Amino acid sequence: MKLAYWMYAGPAHIGTLRISSSFKNVHAIMHAPLGDDYFNVMRSMLERKRDFTPVTASVVDRHVLARGSQEKVVSNISRKDKEEEPDLVVLTPTCTSSILQEDLQNFVNRASFETKSDVLLADVNHYRVNEMQAADRTLEQIVQFYLKKAKKNNTIEKTRTKTPSVNIIGAFNLAFHNQHDISELKRLLSDLNIKINTVIPEGASVQELKNLTKAWFNIVPYREVGLLTAEYLKLNFKMPYVDVTPMGIVETANCIRKIQHILNTNNLNVNFENYIDIQTRFVSQSAWFSRSIDCQNLTGKKAIVFGDSTHSAAMTKILTKEMGINVVWAGTYCKYDKSWFEKEVGGMCDEVIITDDHNLIADLIAKVEPAVIFGTQMERHVGKRLNIPCGVISAPVHIQNFPLSYRPFLGYEGANQIADLIYNSFTLGMEDHLLEIFGGHDTKEVINSSLSNDRHIIWDSEAKLELAKIPGFVRGRIKRNTEKFAQQNKLQRVTLEVMYAAKEAVN
Amino acid sequence: MIIMKSENALELEKINFACETGNYHTFCPISCVAWLYQKIEDSFFLVIGTKTCGYFLQNALGVMIFAEPRYAMAELEEGDISAQLSDYEELKRLCLQIKRDRDPSVIFWIGTCTTEIIKMDLEGIAPKLEAEINLPIVVARANGLDYAFTQGEDTVLAALAQHFPTKSKNYEMGDIELTKHAPLILFGSIPDPVVNQLSLELKKQGIKISGWLPSKRYTELPVIKEGNYVCGVNPFLSRTATTLMRRKKCKLIGAPFPIGPDGTRAWLEKICAVFGVEPSGLKEREEEIWEKLKFYLSLVKGKSVFFMGDNLLEISLARFLIRSGMMVYEIGIPYMDKRYQAAELQLLEKTCKEQQKPIPIIIEKPDNYNQVDRIREIHPDLVITGMAHANPLEARGVNTKWSVEFTFAQIHGFTNSIDILELITRPLRRNQKLERIGGSLYTNFR
Repeated sequence: MKLAYWMYAGPAHIGTLRISSSFKNVHAIMHAPLGDDYFNVMRSMLERKRDFTPVTASVVDRHVLARGSQEKVVSNISRKDKEEEPDLVVLTPTCTSSILQEDLQNFVNRASFETKSDVLLADVNHYRVNEMQAADRTLEQIVQFYLKKAKKNNTIEKTRTKTPSVNIIGAFNLAFHNQHDISELKRLLSDLNIKINTVIPEGASVQELKNLTKAWFNIVPYREVGLLTAEYLKLNFKMPYVDVTPMGIVETANCIRKIQHILNTNNLNVNFENYIDIQTRFVSQSAWFSRSIDCQNLTGKKAIVFGDSTHSAAMTKILTKEMGINVVWAGTYCKYDKSWFEKEVGGMCDEVIITDDHNLIADLIAKVEPAVIFGTQMERHVGKRLNIPCGVISAPVHIQNFPLSYRPFLGYEGANQIADLIYNSFTLGMEDHLLEIFGGHDTKEVINSSLSNDRHIIWDSEAKLELAKIPGFVRGRIKRNTEKFAQQNKLQRVTLEVMYAAKEAVN
Repeated sequence: MIIMKSENALELEKINFACETGNYHTFCPISCVAWLYQKIEDSFFLVIGTKTCGYFLQNALGVMIFAEPRYAMAELEEGDISAQLSDYEELKRLCLQIKRDRDPSVIFWIGTCTTEIIKMDLEGIAPKLEAEINLPIVVARANGLDYAFTQGEDTVLAALAQHFPTKSKNYEMGDIELTKHAPLILFGSIPDPVVNQLSLELKKQGIKISGWLPSKRYTELPVIKEGNYVCGVNPFLSRTATTLMRRKKCKLIGAPFPIGPDGTRAWLEKICAVFGVEPSGLKEREEEIWEKLKFYLSLVKGKSVFFMGDNLLEISLARFLIRSGMMVYEIGIPYMDKRYQAAELQLLEKTCKEQQKPIPIIIEKPDNYNQVDRIREIHPDLVITGMAHANPLEARGVNTKWSVEFTFAQIHGFTNSIDILELITRPLRRNQKLERIGGSLYTNFR
């Protein structure tokens, strides 16, 4: 047992659901107790989705516990098949169903006799993998399933497109600034004259998967989701892939060079160096911005970085290589990706931290007292407590990290966004610091010219206590309203009763 | 012993009850720790479950998680599931850590689906560990296998009811004996201001509350004795009521719940009736409140409502809304205890007759998919639903109100009636203002 207040990565089934609900016309059925369909709320609220989340539960209740699911799962699958006519139904085990050890594969086999849709059992172990690993695996599983099927039916695409084309693997829901990243990536690839073959899984139909093999290569922008699929495609269809995250000027250039290398090994003589140079110096503002004298002030400032491995590594590189900032430590909660992370940020920071314990992270931040934090929402709150500014660079995130406006982290526009994020975090910190030195803003405490000055109104102790319980930001208003009410009613004394009467009157 | 007229049970048949598949969205009952740890100030809640439970709590409770809450997960690992580790030793280690770091007066263990399935003997371990670490441990099984959302509080209060001291050092019986009537204990967790408000209303009638379950602090739990009267303030507390009746031999006052001015008056009147007190000024008080609601009533009059059902407040809210001039099509509800809610159902029926509105159908264990179909068909003016459906329905031009807000808002008593209508009319008022920015359909999907 582990005492836990907070976790960075969710349970495995969340990963599976994020992938299945990203596809078009794929329905997930969770084998779960009542209340475990919390994923629907997250998708509907954080992403503000307009469609109903294609996830239902085959509810595990006391009867299931006693007798097993019996027909329940099968009939729930067939029911969804008729109601929604999905292409694919993904039966998703949860932590509860894992320990029930029902033969879910058997349900899937039986159901698929009756259904028009395909039926799959998500292959994830709840007690061994987390949200991201499960998402990675589920995507591979679905791709594998449809490619095998296409191979069997001989409908698989065997010829490549005439001109260079690419699959983007890693567009999925509830991911950090993902939608904007994918748009930016598409723009970058079209600048390089590379056609987008498919983007999976977000918005893709499983029927398109047989076309994956048409592309010349794959690009996997995030380490967390898509690598297994890319590996599978490489192994079975000899498709090379690019796994350099184009985040920051330097890494974007590296990513483009890797693409160039792949194209050239396919007998296409391309040279993107000029493009990289123009983009870096003139289209993107961030390289110039780092050069400008304003940014000199950032030199050697202490920062710490924490997040998923993709964003934390990329951010560390940007801070050290592109801004000259001193990253005291960089860390990730993707413990399973330890060796990659250490390799990437080694030499970029004084220390590497691999943990999923938020208390440890908070303690380390307090110890180092950096000028700025780049982390998740959790680190933002730590920053608030310690009065250190924080830029959010990675999931887990809140609703405000799903902005409406265009805010990519990838590509050249992404570099601009990141530069703003870094700079704004620092100036705020500096401003705060100066204010402290010079004694704060010039605002004398506003003396409340409330009505109570004219007439003396006494608050009895019970009412005072009640008033104290009211949150600070409305307390003043409630006090004034109550006193006004008391005055109007010629009452000298505010009791609890008067307070409530005042509330009723004001409303 | 339920105090109500015996023929009522028959009359209830007039309301149409149905039961669907139970495929509906609701919060997991462990969410009750969110409000209970705030209510019971010296408590610590330990949820013994998996990452799934933890993830739900951290997402559902949003910002609260960052205020060093007095609750945590005892996250079960593979070794716990396969019984390689001793439950007793593991729990001892965690509870000692909690005792050291937080020094609570009581630790609540919240059992989850997983502890049920692996049959972890929490009730058996607790008394031993309690003695060993010298700290009371209360076990409540608030799991999704058996319960929905607010029923979590019910399991906690039922467990707490058994922990009631029969003798208390702090609160000697002398205080209680001063009252002219038999001791009255109210049960249900409501914010302290609302506790004060309801106490005041009863005080005006000359009725004194001898204690609340839960109290503000664990150490202030009231003494409860055979023959004491108890009354619920929330419709989802049937297990607590049963425990108080059967284990503690209390007399349950079966009343409608103090939600809305009509409900509050009926609740007060019922309590008065039981104690033989002639209620005074309640009619005027109720009318006065309705008068204050005038503006909101003008907005809701004639509008129709559909309750998808997820928190068991549905019957009381529907009854209040019908009295406010609305028309209710369907009351979805996770679980319907016809005995505990008898007086409330009766008042619902009476209200429908008085308002000349059809009695809505009550659907237990609803099926959300079928409900959405019905919503498409009848197109109600307002759907009260969970967040999983709210945005998709709004995109289809259906006004929605997020049901969980009713659980967290102050809705009890005369004073707070306005808050209910404020919540109910918010989507109506908002969408009226948005009329200029174009149509109400924001999706092409069905």
